Order: sequence, then structure tokens, then C-alpha cells
Amino acid sequence: MADTQRPLSPHMGIYRWQVQMVTSIVHRATGIALSVGTLLVLWGVFSLAHGEDSYNQFKTCIGSPIGLVLMFGWTWALFYHLCNGIRHLIQDGGMGYAIPQFVRSSWLAIVGSIVLTIIVWAYVLMSGGAA
Amino acid sequence: MSANGQQHDVRTQLRNPLKRARGLGSAQSGVGHWWTQRVTAAALVFLALWFVVTVLSMLHADYATAHSIVAKPWNAVLLVAFVLTVCWHAVLGLQIVIEDYVHTRWKEVALLVLVKFIAVLGTLATLMAVLHVALGA
Repeated sequence: MADTQRPLSPHMGIYRWQVQMVTSIVHRATGIALSVGTLLVLWGVFSLAHGEDSYNQFKTCIGSPIGLVLMFGWTWALFYHLCNGIRHLIQDGGMGYAIPQFVRSSWLAIVGSIVLTIIVWAYVLMSGGAA
Repeated sequence: MSANGQQHDVRTQLRNPLKRARGLGSAQSGVGHWWTQRVTAAALVFLALWFVVTVLSMLHADYATAHSIVAKPWNAVLLVAFVLTVCWHAVLGLQIVIEDYVHTRWKEVALLVLVKFIAVLGTLATLMAVLHVALGA
């Protein structure tokens, strides 16, 4: 290690948690979760191609308590990645980099994803539950 | 070391890094990864919303209804487009995450290749299944 008293890259522990950090980390986490969730789409289409029994089995699985929790999680992950992804696309266009805007758009992505998730699951509940 | 060799070394040291970064840069692929990730993201804004609405329309569908919904030409095309774009976007995104956090070279390369294999197989399998449903067999 260098002898000079240069400042080192700080460890995570000394950072105060800020919403911009959370949105960035969660964007990656939801991206990984959604990659795995894509396999479920594959399973669904496969069961449809395979026949009625496979399809009913698939429906029973995603309609089970664990299935519903996973579906709820993936719904939120999808909407979060979507909202925050749009935010990143706008930032890639060179807009929204001032710190107050950056913080505001972070919160907007979080709130937007929760609202969209609630809308979808309210629709599911109103139409008589899932599967 | 010969005078000639020293001269060569000095010239290498003094070469501006920009010389290697110009054009497609040192990796020779330019901003292809970055740009493709954005283009697939923009497509997925629309495809993901279509996907959610379509899945919601199939909530209480029995086998025959669900089958006929996926078999509709536009739904079949968009479903294949959705899965293809998702897998493409996922490969690009997971590549960045793996490159950032997996610091053992052989594990990094193995994971990168594994992710690509799964994505290609998943895409082809979905394509086959959707064709099976849409064209009937």
C-alpha cells in the first residue's frame, strides 16, 4: 500500500444512505431477479404447447401461496426496473442530473413502481383472485 | 538494450492514450454494448406493458382460451419479440454485473458464457413453443 496519506476509496460503511444509492442498487437486484423470472415465462409457454394437463399444473403452481408471493415480487420488480429504466434513459439523454432532480426522480421511480404494482394486484383481486 | 530499442520504449510511453481509444477503442467494439442495452430497453418499455396487459387478460382463462390468445398472430409475434428482447437485455445487463463483482477470471468467463448459453436456449425454446401453439401441431 502507498505510504502517502492520500484519501483511500471510502468503505461503504461511512456513507449515509441516500435514495440515489438505493435506486441504483435495487435496479441491479431487480434486473437479476427478472432474468430468473423470465424462465417462468418460458415454463408458461411450454406448458401451453405441451397440453392441458401441463397448463393446469403451471396454473396451480403460480396460484399457490409461494407462487403468488413470487408473482407479486416479480410484478413489483418489473415495474421498478421499468420506471427506473425510463429514468435512466432520460438521464442518458443528458437530462435530470442536478442533484435535486436526481433525488426527485429516484423517489418518482419508487412511488411509480409501487402504484403500478397496486393497480395490477387490485385488478387481480377485483376480478376474483389469481389463477 | 540497444539505442534503437530504448527509443522504441520511450515512444510507446509517450504515446497519447487517446490514440488507442479513438474509433472503436481498445476493445474494438466501441459503444455497441451500451447502445444495444438502451435500444432493447426502449423496446421493452412497450413490450413489457403489452406483456402485463396480455397476462392480465389471461387471468382466469382455461386451457383452450389461453391457447387461442397466444395463438393470435400479433400476440405470438409480440411474445417472441418480448422474450427475445428480454433475453438480449438480460445478457447485456448480467454481463455488467458479473464483470463488476466476479473477480476470479475463470469464474467470470464461465458465468458469462453460461448466461449466454441459457439465454440463447431459452429464446429458441420459447420460439419453438410459441410456433407450436400458433401454428398447431
